[in-house]
Amino acid sequence: MLCYANAHELVRRMQAGELSAQEITRAVLERIDEVEGTVGAYVNLCPERALETAGAVDDARARGTDLPPLAGVPIAVKDVICMQGMPTTCSSRILENFRPPYDATVARRVIDGRMPVLGKANMDEFAMGSSTENSAFHITRNPWDTERIPGGSSGGSAAAVAAGEAILALGSDTGGSIRQPACLCGVVGLKPTYGRVSRYGLVAFASSLDQIGPITRSVRDCALLLGAISGHDPLDSTSLDEPVPDYAASLERPVSGMRIGVPAEYFTEGIDGDVRESVEAAIDQLVSLGAKRVDISLPHTKYAVATYYIVATAEASSNLARYDGVHYGYRSKSADQASDASAIIALYENTRAEGFGDEVKRRIMLGTYALSAGYYDAYYLRALRVRTLLRRDFDAAFEKVDCVACPVSPTPAFRIGEKMDDPLSMYLSDIYTISANLAGIPGISVPCGLTSQGLPVGLQLLGSPLGEEALLRLAYAFEQSTEHHTVRPELAGKGAA
Amino acid sequence: MAAYEPVIGLEIHVELTTNTKVFCGCSTAFGAEPNTQVCPVCIGMPGVLPVINERVVEYAIRAALALNCRVAPQSSMDRKNYYYPDLPKNYQISQNYECFATDGWVDLSLPGGEHRVGIGNLHIEEDAGKNVHAEDTGLLGFSCVDLNRAGVPLLEIVSEPDIHTLEQLDAYMELMRGILVYIGVSDCRMEEGRLRFEANVSVREEGDASLPPFRVEMKNLNSVKICHQAVEFEIERQSEALERGETPSSETRLWDPKRRITQTMRSKEEAKDYRYFPEPDLVPLVIEQAWVERVRAGLPELPHHKRERLVAEYGLPEYDAAVLTTDGAVADLFEGAVAAGAPAKEASNWVMGELFRLLKEDERDASSLPPETPGVLSEVIGYVSSGRINRNAAKTVFEEWYRIGVAPDAIIKERGLEVVGGGAELEGIARGVIEANEKPVADFRAGKKQAIGFLVGQVMKETRGSADANAAREALLKLLS
Repeated sequence: MLCYANAHELVRRMQAGELSAQEITRAVLERIDEVEGTVGAYVNLCPERALETAGAVDDARARGTDLPPLAGVPIAVKDVICMQGMPTTCSSRILENFRPPYDATVARRVIDGRMPVLGKANMDEFAMGSSTENSAFHITRNPWDTERIPGGSSGGSAAAVAAGEAILALGSDTGGSIRQPACLCGVVGLKPTYGRVSRYGLVAFASSLDQIGPITRSVRDCALLLGAISGHDPLDSTSLDEPVPDYAASLERPVSGMRIGVPAEYFTEGIDGDVRESVEAAIDQLVSLGAKRVDISLPHTKYAVATYYIVATAEASSNLARYDGVHYGYRSKSADQASDASAIIALYENTRAEGFGDEVKRRIMLGTYALSAGYYDAYYLRALRVRTLLRRDFDAAFEKVDCVACPVSPTPAFRIGEKMDDPLSMYLSDIYTISANLAGIPGISVPCGLTSQGLPVGLQLLGSPLGEEALLRLAYAFEQSTEHHTVRPELAGKGAA
Repeated sequence: MAAYEPVIGLEIHVELTTNTKVFCGCSTAFGAEPNTQVCPVCIGMPGVLPVINERVVEYAIRAALALNCRVAPQSSMDRKNYYYPDLPKNYQISQNYECFATDGWVDLSLPGGEHRVGIGNLHIEEDAGKNVHAEDTGLLGFSCVDLNRAGVPLLEIVSEPDIHTLEQLDAYMELMRGILVYIGVSDCRMEEGRLRFEANVSVREEGDASLPPFRVEMKNLNSVKICHQAVEFEIERQSEALERGETPSSETRLWDPKRRITQTMRSKEEAKDYRYFPEPDLVPLVIEQAWVERVRAGLPELPHHKRERLVAEYGLPEYDAAVLTTDGAVADLFEGAVAAGAPAKEASNWVMGELFRLLKEDERDASSLPPETPGVLSEVIGYVSSGRINRNAAKTVFEEWYRIGVAPDAIIKERGLEVVGGGAELEGIARGVIEANEKPVADFRAGKKQAIGFLVGQVMKETRGSADANAAREALLKLLS
């Protein structure tokens, strides 16, 4: 099936004249017609736009024009990334009809890279969640078991790639939102080093943690897409002014001698037996390829979840303050009538009460509390100190090892609705991923097997700052020496929604 | 009534006159149609990011150095969170935890001697937009928001509570305005809202050195005059309360310009919690010492230094020096005229008299005058001292030049303004006047000395004003004696 081909194969076949970008795009759009009603990966589709881009790529190729590496490969974009003129909703009522008059820098790179954009992928509202159940519009189902969640918050992006509804996808990762859904959907997902990819036009959840990254079906595609979106951006003061290596070029370099740290703290209670087994087997596989296993300790790991939920919610409480019904986005009707000074307060309150979902409100309240006078030192400031300790844990580890190997998620995909009434247990599903965001380091999730119930498990590799090359090289070696990446979900199409 | 002493600390918010806003490339020009100088960044759209304007940082360094502050090698940008429709992100990017510069001072020159006011800190922030309400929008029941001003760079300059009299307050505001204009970081036009004040006022018994246990903050004082009035009212209000044995409460008060009183805005218990935290979208501001030194080398002479120099170098009275240095362009004109040969006191009189009159009439700034102005001033002054024209004619000549740009020499010739010669010519005219005015002449001879004034006037009339009045008087006295 064309819709399940890898980007680098499709590019080769387009270059050989065997396939056109329009044929590929049409094949993926047909797949969307077939399974989107079941999966629900997208918030908005733009098939005409995708076909138009594909047509232009084919024309350019016919004229012999030089094309960017991923030209003509259809992509899904998480609906948290602004694209000019297209709805950018963050799966929230409050931005339901918002069309930004600007492109995110990453969107611009996708457009300049001439990748046909299929649509905007569903997500947890404002990227807050681990199951995509917090979307204000609809849930997304896991292509491996449609009674289960795809993970989140980039659940739409991961499900689209897993279901053949996109060849490539972009997600964003604040506490695991790329790696966890990639893991639960059996695809590859990478969160780059903080600052590697521009955040300009990425609707902010937690500014000091957010990063955009690729979700793909193969490590090579992941390397290609990462290369296409990385690099310094003068519009983002936190973006790193460092050269972008050719990630795909170094994939095949040997991994023998590379030291893999296995942190004791990531294999304690709470981890599912099948998950643990698959991850241990994956580490053994890397060792069999010549890598060296080193047992390490990341002693402050136990504070990561608490630290994360202070830092992330504090930033979110401020980042989301702008959605107030005054300048753009949803405005409550119920406040229009009042004309005295209380009218503006009512407008704020009603707009936000009606426009935000429960989880977003919960986090805004948590963050507002953490920053309040008298609590700032005890919560936010202390969280920043712990964050430094976590970073030092990794600094110390990377003096001894080239990467850290661990699970992505303590459990495979859970059932829809299972954790919706238990936010704490939902928060704990990020336990293995959030440290990388707090430390600003890159992490990749690569499929490493299925549980006894046939649900995907992912191996997580964490690297030193700007160490994406090493991660990709190890992930590639692992992928190429195993068959996990060739297994596809058995997804029966139910037709369009 | 016991004697009370106010303790005043002043916060100055000054809009910097950079071409573009502090975090985006929009224009900062004043007076444009609402919402025409905006972009996704300054209207706070989702996902956009601020990038700091380097010129703003340079201006902040300039101001810090002029106020003798220490520029922090690293400072943080912080978010100040509060909801208001003119604040599109519902947070203001400011500096709170690590300020841009600290520990400065200025010395006020007062009749009783110098008085030093400490500058606690100076920091960079962004301005908010403006809410325009129904009475001004003409849209019944609607308030509108104009975001042209949102993101215009501001410096907040916080003084220590070192101001203890209204005289010191006025001198401080005047000096700060002068310095900020001089160093070119702002034009400080109060009518455009470029200079705004917040005053912290409390009152204690004279001789008590400790800070009072209460403090009243007054916001939105948008001119030197309003700030003075509000502080004056507040000193009186608090003194009366203390006199009654009450302790004024700590609160934020607003000045009501119509009733000329301050009123409670919110009490200390209701004080806003701005939930400051470091702005994660900006990296800390790291200022290299070399940059600071480059800016220092480019700083102009500050007004108080210039004032002292004008007194020492030109022997001007203190008053003249103070007036001439309120505006750097005026001081330059004065020095230019002296350099072109005018005597210093004459040049000063001309600048403060004629030139100021004309500028005021036209609401014009000295900086807008053509470069030949000092030369023309000196030329006209020269004609008076050489006796070619009299003082009145000189004023006409200068005004003609100012209005239509005709060279003084040409105006004098064209209009026949040259002083009617001394000696014979004037004597002839004087004789004619004496013959034609028997009555006043008789009065004068009878001892009514003031009658001479009328006769001088007649001579001036005969010469169409071109005679030198003193010479005319002398000619008449000589003939009548």
